[in-house]
Amino acid sequence: MEDFRVCPATGLKVHKPAELLIKINAVTAIVFILIGGLMALLLALTKIPAIHLLPSDLFYRFLTLHGIAMLVAWIIFFEAAILYFTSAVLLNCRLAAVKVAWLAYGLMLGGALMAAVEILIGNADCMFTSYPPLQAHHLYYLGVILFAVGAILVCCVFFGTLAVAKHEKTYEGSLPLVTFGAAAAAIIAIVTLAHGAIIFVPTWLWALGVIQHIDAPAYRLIFWGFGHSSQQINVCAMVAVWYLIAAVTVGAKPVNQRVCRTAFVLYILFIDIASEHHILVDPGFSAAHKAWNTGYFMHLAVLASMIHALAVPSAIEIALRKKGHTQGYFEWLKKAPWGNPSFSAMVWSIAGFGFLGGITGVTFGTEQINIIAHNTWRITGHFHSTVVAGTTMSFMGLTYIVLPLIFRKEVAFPKLAKFQPHVFGVGIWTMAIFMMFSGSFGMPRRHWDITFSDAAFSIPFDQTAMMALHIFGVGAIIAVIGGGMFVLVSVATLLIGKDIK
Amino acid sequence: MAITSPERLWWKQPVCGQEKLWISIALVWCIFITAIMPYWHFFGKQNPSQEYYRVSPVKYGAIVDKFTAKHKVGEEAGIPVVDPPPGDIFIAGSQFVWHPILKLKSGRTYRLHLSSTDMVHGFSVYPMNMNFMAVPDMDYVLTIQPDKAGEFFIICNEFCGGGHHTMTGKIIVS
Repeated sequence: MEDFRVCPATGLKVHKPAELLIKINAVTAIVFILIGGLMALLLALTKIPAIHLLPSDLFYRFLTLHGIAMLVAWIIFFEAAILYFTSAVLLNCRLAAVKVAWLAYGLMLGGALMAAVEILIGNADCMFTSYPPLQAHHLYYLGVILFAVGAILVCCVFFGTLAVAKHEKTYEGSLPLVTFGAAAAAIIAIVTLAHGAIIFVPTWLWALGVIQHIDAPAYRLIFWGFGHSSQQINVCAMVAVWYLIAAVTVGAKPVNQRVCRTAFVLYILFIDIASEHHILVDPGFSAAHKAWNTGYFMHLAVLASMIHALAVPSAIEIALRKKGHTQGYFEWLKKAPWGNPSFSAMVWSIAGFGFLGGITGVTFGTEQINIIAHNTWRITGHFHSTVVAGTTMSFMGLTYIVLPLIFRKEVAFPKLAKFQPHVFGVGIWTMAIFMMFSGSFGMPRRHWDITFSDAAFSIPFDQTAMMALHIFGVGAIIAVIGGGMFVLVSVATLLIGKDIK
Repeated sequence: MAITSPERLWWKQPVCGQEKLWISIALVWCIFITAIMPYWHFFGKQNPSQEYYRVSPVKYGAIVDKFTAKHKVGEEAGIPVVDPPPGDIFIAGSQFVWHPILKLKSGRTYRLHLSSTDMVHGFSVYPMNMNFMAVPDMDYVLTIQPDKAGEFFIICNEFCGGGHHTMTGKIIVS
């Protein structure tokens, strides 16, 4: 029993090796958000026409690193922490195969560092998508593969822990909803990472010279089974985190768990197929194929999000009304714990994912509308709404819960922490909205020089869209400040935060 | 609570009226937006093309060169300008230029062949803002009918290497 401690706040039995793994994965995630955020600042300062900071080669290099550090490393390291937390901690259980979990961490860290170093030394200026025939150094692909293998092992440890908990009867009845949601995310993760293996292993062999040719259209199809589906893991994990934060901060209880769980099952069944919206204006696929995969199935996954969109806020409202905030329609909203950064980050996340990210995503996923949105900055604005305003915001909110609960430290600079979600939220919303605004004029994504000064034709780009770039820049800088506040509070809490006994 | 095991028999709890109403509205809306795509496909006038053929980048490059030599009427910024009759016309994305420059006539119908001789490129017509992918190994045939005279630029909007931001092209409609 010496492997366990009892949490004084919740009474939960916490497995110490699991706790250490949660800590190390979360800390690594925060290191990567720091790297990615620094890249974000440099990229934004280059995008603002009046500053245009970086030379073109560094811009593309840092853009590639920004994608890998944020979309892959920050998010998936944090998700590893979430999977260990929702299994071992919430189920009062020991973590299965602790050594495998450490091996997974080693593979993920090694892989991420290998990919990052290859990018930084200029061997992989290929963007997150790395579409062949554009070729990176073989070590870059190997780095991604090692990371993915590590992430698969994390999922295995998670499912192993669920089995141990069931066998050792550490909980009664069914899994908690949050663990159920995390399990859905882990299932989607395994499907996703399998796609990654199917396409990255041959691409790695191609870079080594073993395979002569990678079919470009086939790569695009299978890559997006990995590239977009990994964002579906995020959606699923984010929703599970909403339920978690709502439960911890206001004691919210979902009205009907049957409905919530069905919605998670809809994600598992249908969300991955929706990834085909990336190839709506590609040659090689029939309209029937595109309509079937992105229309019918995507919208069943959208239905799941719509169900959570009622279930989470309604649970919060009921919980707050039970606390006596019953006047009028909105007293509960006014009296909500806005000063609690976990709560406010969750509200920003729900609103950002739903109103900015979700609506635009569903719209751009229509074949005909995709013609005017594909590869423009609209897309970049869309996924900064889902992944940053949505997922990252919810993970920030969760961090403020994990710091006292798992790290057993009082959150440092509480005033700064209180404002952090609002600063970050305002910044990222402004940034994403004006990305989409410029994109609606046809402004291309992944583009260093919109003035086309070195091009054959200096295309006179629309002045309204150019002006929007400056507003985007202001938003981006505010977001970087908000992100910096998050890193500062987290790191300060670890280093100088008061211990909770 | 969501972080503890649910009450026994949670799966037997009836779904309340408000939830049923919301899910019904959402479901109807999802069916509606699902129907939009096929509806536009059959009754709309602007759909992505379904016509494509396999072609190697080398062969496609040769086809474009032959087409360019046959219809060349001049040069602009070092890029050949062609004035082809209505029918099959060709454009290629190559690091880092769209070639040739096409002179088209308003109101006529063309079969625009789009592909790449090297990397994946993004074919973005400015200022109309229409976007398609130019993928090596694939000849993508877009049936187009220009309806407005003027100069249209082509921007590459898929990263294709270090000079990606200089990759432009032009279509002139008279």
